[in-house]
Amino acid sequence: MPRPALARPAAASGAVLAALALTACVPNASADDATIAVESTADECAVATTEAPSGTVVFDVTNAGDDVTEFYLLASDGLRIISEVENVGPGITRQLVVQVPAGDYITACKPGMTGDGIQAAFTVTDSGEDVFSGDNAERLAAAGEQYLLYVRDQIQTLEDKTDAFLAAYTAGDDDEARALYADARVHWERIEPVAESFGDLDPMMDAREADLAEDEEWTGWHRIEKNLWPPAEGYDLTDAEKQELADKLAADTAELASRVNAEDFVIDAFQVGNGAKELLDEVAAGKITGEEEIWSHTDLWDFQANVDGAAVAFGVLRDIVAESDADLVEELDSRFSELNELLAQYGSIDEGFVLYTELTEDQIVELARAVDALGEPLSRLTAAAIA
Amino acid sequence: MTEQDRTDAPATSTEDGGVAPAPADDAAARSGLSRRAALGTAGAVAGAAALTAGGFAAGRATASPLQQNAYDFFGAHQSGIVTPQQDRLHFAAFDITTDSRARVISLLRRWTEAAARLMTGSELGSGAAGGAYAAPPDDTGEALGLPASGLTITFGFGPGLFDERFGLASKRPAQLIDMPKFSGDTLDEQFVGGDLCIQACADDPQVAVHAIRNLSRLAFGDAAIRWAQLGFGRTSSTTRAQDTPRNFMGFKDGTANLRAEDTDLVDRWVWADAADGQAWMAGGSYLVARRIRILAEIWDRTSLQQQEQDVGRTKGSGAPLSGGSEFTEPDFTVTGRDGEPLIRPTSHVALAHPSANGGAMMLRRGYNFTDGADALGRLDAGLFFLAYVRDPATQFVPVQNALSSADVMTIEYLRTTGSALFAVPPGLPAGSVLGPDGAYIGQELFA
Repeated sequence: MPRPALARPAAASGAVLAALALTACVPNASADDATIAVESTADECAVATTEAPSGTVVFDVTNAGDDVTEFYLLASDGLRIISEVENVGPGITRQLVVQVPAGDYITACKPGMTGDGIQAAFTVTDSGEDVFSGDNAERLAAAGEQYLLYVRDQIQTLEDKTDAFLAAYTAGDDDEARALYADARVHWERIEPVAESFGDLDPMMDAREADLAEDEEWTGWHRIEKNLWPPAEGYDLTDAEKQELADKLAADTAELASRVNAEDFVIDAFQVGNGAKELLDEVAAGKITGEEEIWSHTDLWDFQANVDGAAVAFGVLRDIVAESDADLVEELDSRFSELNELLAQYGSIDEGFVLYTELTEDQIVELARAVDALGEPLSRLTAAAIA
Repeated sequence: MTEQDRTDAPATSTEDGGVAPAPADDAAARSGLSRRAALGTAGAVAGAAALTAGGFAAGRATASPLQQNAYDFFGAHQSGIVTPQQDRLHFAAFDITTDSRARVISLLRRWTEAAARLMTGSELGSGAAGGAYAAPPDDTGEALGLPASGLTITFGFGPGLFDERFGLASKRPAQLIDMPKFSGDTLDEQFVGGDLCIQACADDPQVAVHAIRNLSRLAFGDAAIRWAQLGFGRTSSTTRAQDTPRNFMGFKDGTANLRAEDTDLVDRWVWADAADGQAWMAGGSYLVARRIRILAEIWDRTSLQQQEQDVGRTKGSGAPLSGGSEFTEPDFTVTGRDGEPLIRPTSHVALAHPSANGGAMMLRRGYNFTDGADALGRLDAGLFFLAYVRDPATQFVPVQNALSSADVMTIEYLRTTGSALFAVPPGLPAGSVLGPDGAYIGQELFA
């Protein structure tokens, strides 16, 4: 599926990773957490109380001014950001949930998003509660870098295997091309959210026929797929047409590689966690229904590749999440194993899988349930890692 | 439009909470058995009297004030368009199964007369329990004892009515286009097209279903249901007095919808005019129907932040992310920390807003639906999108193209499985005489 932009909310763009990362563990606000009202105007930052017990502190930040505002909880030096909520439009209320140990802090509203903001002292008293306050900034940044290495490695293999696939295809060796198709696509599917983040390349490379609007040109993997696995007579392409499709896919793949290898291309921990979730979404939306590879029926390769990619993303965040939410890690470990064991019944990427059309309805339902069982806890990974 | 010529002003409420039928209902009320009376004081109470407190006692004990509403069938426009949107829907698209023009006209006469009667809360024919003992009852009976419940019945004509069968090809409005294929459409032929349609809306689902059931019964031999859709909750408001409801994604929907009170805009964007090309459509409109499945399980795993950014509004209050409250106009120029607009250009609000679509507006009248679960155990649920426009090619198609190609919410979480377009002819003037030789909806088309 084309996804126009890598789903990364603005508040977590790369520049603020460090700020976000400074927050340690942030559980969801629960009903018994008292909330502290904050009202931000052009010249005031009214915090309902200047003191709170250590543990989970919840600020309800209302922008009563005319400019977009931000609210910060800063360390006593007024510089180090404990946590923040940004992009609060006029009239809008947003919650900041943060776990803080006892100590002296500073609250700050920043109407207009400039300057040092309107600051005031804030004291957190010792409630006796255990508060985790590790500094994860470096570890999160390292997780992003580690994941980027994986992405670059997959793209390299994708380029190599795509070239081999296209060589067979343009040489007219359709059997060989069919044999190479699914295995090459594995490397696209493993890093699909990153590939899809390039909204111009994705539709040209991975659009399915159903994704097209009327009279829209169709290129990329699935166009070639339909040519190699024609649903009926009359889907032949001329050599020139095949060459054109092959050249286009090769060029687009090279372009993708060059963008991902660019020095300034970074992936932050937020994107890693969200990417894991999106990979499972891909399985749930397209692979489990057999829509992705509607002509070749090689959906299980894509399925396994999406799960592989999600597992790698989880893997780089695993140790960080283990400290904030050990139960989540345990659940994800067991859900990943269950799904992988289920998939292993139908083959492997090395040995090949059975075709989607060979699965019984009961088997598809069983797989779908395992996907949902993993997808639900996986959707909590990002918040557990960095929120 | 003045208050007087509003086609769908609710009938007057009486002080005891009952509803007196609007004047134009008289003809139908005289000939029809009130469903309330039938269960009330042994049939002794008839007509308007049955709808007062005495009749109400016999009705469903939980009938809400909304369900006391009865709307006028007659007027310049059909009811069920700018009528305050009711909470429940039963929609049916029909194939015409006869090749006889006379039979189609006869069907429309039967439907028109029955619809006018049903909208008053009356039984059809000799009723559900009052006819010949050896014959099946004229009315199926499940609405006995229920008030009119704000029922409106709206008829539409699909492209098939204008094919070679009935000699109407030259009268097909240019606005009744063949809908293009949109990016990402995964249409299920089971939910596409139709020669005729009936939209039955009410504040009691049983009343809406009763209407479609009885109207389809009247059609056997001439038309048969091609597909149908139940809607369990409205997803838009068509008047200012109504709260904005929520769609299946949990967000307020239709905040910026056209409302009945916006009479100039409604004239501009909803009602067809003789000058639009086909005089028989003057006072009518065009109904876009789209069955949009929501991938609920996947949407539900999306962070609140992501959901709000995809929509462009807050989930709680429905305020645009640029600030304010629900009805504050979105400001697409307000930027946040990263210099990006707070309302993302790829958000639903940014792409669907009139300012991105040459000012085009539509009157939406959609419903949440669920048809159980699919084979994988996922909710088969979503939004049954209904919108009334004056010109689908300029008011709907460009917006849908923009959404299908750029709206993250549409691309990632929605699948359109059904699609149809209907020309909705004008209403019948007050005082029209109905019956086997009488007036009927769409009569100008066959004149």
